[in-house]
Amino acid sequence: MAGLGQKPTAGGRTYAGLGLPLMLPAWVIIGFFLVLPIGIMLVYSFLTKEFRGGVIWEPTLAAYDQFFFDRGLFGDEQPKIEWTYILIFWRSIWQAGLATLMCLLIGFPTAWFIATRPASSRTIWLFLITVPYWVNLLIRTISMKFLIRDNGPLNQWLLDAGLISDPIHIINTNTAVQLGLFYSYLPFMVLPIYAAVERYNFSLSEAAADLYASRWITLRHIILPVVKPGIIAGCILVFVPSLGAFLAPDLLGGAKNFMIGSLIEEQFKGNAGNWPFGAAASMILLSMVLIVLIFYARAQGRAHAKGAS
Amino acid sequence: MAAKPDLKRFPGFFALTLLCLFLLYAPLVIVMIYSFNDSQSITIWGGTSLRWYGDVFWGPEADKFKQAAINSLAIATAAAIAATTIATMSATAMLRAGHFRGKGASFALINLPLMVPEIVTAVATLIFFSAIGFTTGYATILIAHIVFCIPFAYLPIAARMEGVEEVYEQAAQDLYATRWEAFRLILLPLMAPGILSGFLLAFIISLDDFIITNFVKGAGIETLPTAIFGAVKQGIKPNIMAISTLLLGVSILFVTLSYFAGRIGQKTKTPTGETT
Amino acid sequence: MAEDQTINPAIEIDRVVKRYGSFTALNDVSLTIADNEFFTLLGPSGCGKTTLLRCIAGFEDISEGAIRLYGDDIANDPPNKRPVNTVFQQYALFPHMNVQRNVMFGLQRLGYSEMDARGRAREVLDLVQLLPFADRLPAQLSGGQQQRVALARALAPNPKVLLLDEPLSALDLKLRQAVRLELQQLQQDTGITFIFVTHDQEEALTMSDRIAVISDGRVQQVGPARDIYEEPNNKFVADFIGETNLIDVAVTGVSNGMAACTLPGGAAFTCPAAQGAHQGHGHLSVRPERVSLTAPEKALITGHVQRLIYLGTDMHIDVALSDGEMVKARVQNSQSAHIPAQGAQVGLDFEEGAARLLID
Repeated sequence: MAGLGQKPTAGGRTYAGLGLPLMLPAWVIIGFFLVLPIGIMLVYSFLTKEFRGGVIWEPTLAAYDQFFFDRGLFGDEQPKIEWTYILIFWRSIWQAGLATLMCLLIGFPTAWFIATRPASSRTIWLFLITVPYWVNLLIRTISMKFLIRDNGPLNQWLLDAGLISDPIHIINTNTAVQLGLFYSYLPFMVLPIYAAVERYNFSLSEAAADLYASRWITLRHIILPVVKPGIIAGCILVFVPSLGAFLAPDLLGGAKNFMIGSLIEEQFKGNAGNWPFGAAASMILLSMVLIVLIFYARAQGRAHAKGAS
Repeated sequence: MAAKPDLKRFPGFFALTLLCLFLLYAPLVIVMIYSFNDSQSITIWGGTSLRWYGDVFWGPEADKFKQAAINSLAIATAAAIAATTIATMSATAMLRAGHFRGKGASFALINLPLMVPEIVTAVATLIFFSAIGFTTGYATILIAHIVFCIPFAYLPIAARMEGVEEVYEQAAQDLYATRWEAFRLILLPLMAPGILSGFLLAFIISLDDFIITNFVKGAGIETLPTAIFGAVKQGIKPNIMAISTLLLGVSILFVTLSYFAGRIGQKTKTPTGETT
Repeated sequence: MAEDQTINPAIEIDRVVKRYGSFTALNDVSLTIADNEFFTLLGPSGCGKTTLLRCIAGFEDISEGAIRLYGDDIANDPPNKRPVNTVFQQYALFPHMNVQRNVMFGLQRLGYSEMDARGRAREVLDLVQLLPFADRLPAQLSGGQQQRVALARALAPNPKVLLLDEPLSALDLKLRQAVRLELQQLQQDTGITFIFVTHDQEEALTMSDRIAVISDGRVQQVGPARDIYEEPNNKFVADFIGETNLIDVAVTGVSNGMAACTLPGGAAFTCPAAQGAHQGHGHLSVRPERVSLTAPEKALITGHVQRLIYLGTDMHIDVALSDGEMVKARVQNSQSAHIPAQGAQVGLDFEEGAARLLID
């Protein structure tokens, strides 16, 4: 029916012609205070460092050189690959990846369970999942630190219950960081998957069952492919902030489990005080994130193209 | 019919959901419980008391935290108002202004603060203010907060606006309303719950921020997160748990408000259909 | 009044074209709608009827042509500058305003004082018998009541033309039939020109002074209900309005609106022809109820009974001709009626006036 709801034009047109003026404040604020700063940061990454913060306006590749190459203490040796920072980046990717996997393994069943509840109780479940997300991240991280300390409540209970004879050492390990990241971003995994499952047409499951598929076969071959966009969105929403996270590695990981966020922070707030290097590390992190997002956008584009044909 | 297997059910999913909720809530509940601990030590349980709440309000660090709380609330309120206004205008442009040049870029721009890692935003903002010779202080914190609050305000506002059928504004125009009247008298009231959610979300996000604030705050200016972080660096003390519990309460109050704002909105919606 | 359309046209649609990218939604549409007329735009979904209505209301810009309201070109005016009101398909009652506020909305935009607007709103609400519901919210009303509020809201500012976009489609069958009569009465009482969009031919035939049948963005035929049904112009109109047989014929000559043709089986036949019909291959439209069964030797066409369908008051009979073509006949079930058996050889007959040669 050619009702008024389905117009051949995409999007509303009530305020046609006012698009640009209405967008102007956002363009000014975000353009001037985010896009331009990123540009200046890029410039800074090619400048010479001033000790105790700041820069000298002399172009150099020193920051990137320091990131990738080791030229000895006085800078006169044959350049070797500098593994310190690459390892920090690699550890960040690994930690973020594991945290994402943990979120997916717990988040998918949770999202599925919630999306298959009756509509009335669904909002309550969803509410329960989102409440922690609204709680200050710093406080959540502190809570986690408190819980998993060597003589924290978790170890005490396990000792009291006789399940362990010595406290499990979790704090200041990689596991603690993964746990912290997992805890920080779990709702980001649940919500997009939930949205995808909610749109899932259950007659597909019925059709699969009618054609002799077991429920796990149906999950593997029907459900997962259909809700895949939601899963990918969830993974990105967890992985990207985990990669540059500062609080969880800093408070739970300790000095040995440095991640990118701490490395960058140290260049500006800590003792290292090397702004160009911090800017360069930020640019590298930003590039990695953009690569992930571009892959995602292209995959989405392909999915849309497939859906349209 | 009774024996029909439920295709929506997978064994173990319910248990994992409970585990998920347990993992999400256990640390918070424990901190809440220990905030009532009447003991100098955070480890040993010394009975129930409100002494650490007293410490928060009247103890040696009370002034510091009070000032930090005032700063946080003032910045969050101002940032949320600005971000909500900008986000409402942007959503109107994206969803109601047809096609215009730079629409795709505009959409990317609004979402940019979500895509750039917080630490990168923090670094870029710090370098920017330093490069243009701007002294860091309240103003720099506020500007940075407005920037990253815009997408968070935008999401619920745009979602709500999408849910309001344009036919209402068309009906208004058909009944001789100008576009401004259609916006003010029809669209704005109908999407008010979305605007409220957007405001609350932006407010919480601003209140929540640590990394960016930590970079762009001037010397001596603290918000609650930076003050708490500074204190935690010396080790977790019981008064931190009391503050955390108070902040937890504020967050839960806000999320509950926003939840009910959404529900009220849904009730007034139902365009056709019988009595609800 | 329908025949007097030249005297005072309310709306003139003049060679209007509407394109969306490469898609042409309205293709050179010209219509003249008379003052005080109940005019219906009828067509299948996606035919362009709603687009045309939206162009008149001002929600769509037209690509070419002109739309004149009592002589003034309004094609470039925004909707709020056009003295035309719309009853929307899903009513679009403002959900956050009560019934009275909804009806007052347009009046206040026109500069009525609060008091005057309230007075007029109550007057119109009384007209649609909804005064007791003035304080209710739209969500607290039944579908039929909402429909009447929408009508009251659109009528309150006393528009020059009222546009109705399938306003009955959300109602159930019984209610729809009752509301049809009310709408017709309302149109006569108010004297406002109604332009009514529907895909329901029964609705169109029973309510309208004149109907424009639209398909593929073009006006196929304009006329009173009887003309549209009895004298369809082309295959689309004949097929869309009611049920018909389209019989392949060879046209041997056309003159004075009459066509001489050869029926399948070779019988010569003369019948009225649609304008533009020409010699060669053509289609004859005969309504099933106008086809009668006779003995094969006395008939125009012969065939054998393929299928009998019992319809209560009627019997529907499918007759297969020797070339495989199917002709439907409808015979009243009465004691005197002779119903042939399945497979029986039968003859089909129809009068000159019952058939019409169509253009494709």
